[in-house]
Amino acid sequence: MATLGLNHYLLLSALLFGIGVAGVLMRRNVIMVLMCLELIFNAANINLVAVSRFRPDMTGQVFTIFTIAVAAAEVAIGLGLVIAMFRNSQTVNVDEIHLLKG
Amino acid sequence: MEIYAFYAIAAVVLSSAVLMVTSRNLVHSIVYMVISFVAVGGLFILLEAEFVAAVQILVYAGGIVVLFLFVVMLVNVTETYQVEFLHRQWLPAAVLSLILATQIGFLVWGNAGDLSADPSASASVLRAVDGGNTETLGMMLYTDYLLPFEVASVLLLVAMIGAIYLSKKRV
Repeated sequence: MATLGLNHYLLLSALLFGIGVAGVLMRRNVIMVLMCLELIFNAANINLVAVSRFRPDMTGQVFTIFTIAVAAAEVAIGLGLVIAMFRNSQTVNVDEIHLLKG
Repeated sequence: MEIYAFYAIAAVVLSSAVLMVTSRNLVHSIVYMVISFVAVGGLFILLEAEFVAAVQILVYAGGIVVLFLFVVMLVNVTETYQVEFLHRQWLPAAVLSLILATQIGFLVWGNAGDLSADPSASASVLRAVDGGNTETLGMMLYTDYLLPFEVASVLLLVAMIGAIYLSKKRV
């Protein structure tokens, strides 16, 4: 019976990060891309809290609070951009957003 | 006992994340995202970080999910049921992401062993003030990390003003 170590949490975080990256690369909907970015943020948070538990050092949990605040700000700005973009071009498909393409 | 709880929560996190990425309907994806976020909160409780778990559930499962649902409601409904919901390059993207996750997982699995769990040491450091996790975290936030804390509040203010400006009628 193996004991629960730091590597279990790091492996779970790596898998969650991979799923998030796959979602960002695969999905066409820009809202879905933002949601998969949240998965990547969650993977980073798991890493921070797990290392904070096993070091042990509280700094990881403090930084997780900051990460969550930054993630909330990022989502607010990103969804504001999605709404502005949808109002201008009537689409949320990332393939059809090519205003800067020469 | 603890490892069974970990495996159960990890299974919920990973399966709901996969279902979220592969689900065609956007609202279903958001529901799977809520399940994944709450399970990650359970993981934080398992890691003895109760305050971070509460913040995770309040901010992610409470705030961010409602934000996503409102935006899905504001944009066109037919867009959320688009037939082609994946890019053409979805297969190489999936394979490359799998390779990336395998590489990172292989590296961290082999090299994380020297940081072993010491329950007595962790209890004394993580619960230094009054034996509570929240008290210790608050003490650190308002003494050692006071400047980053204030900068985070300014960042949230800027993000709020930016979101309001971007959502106005004419940008």
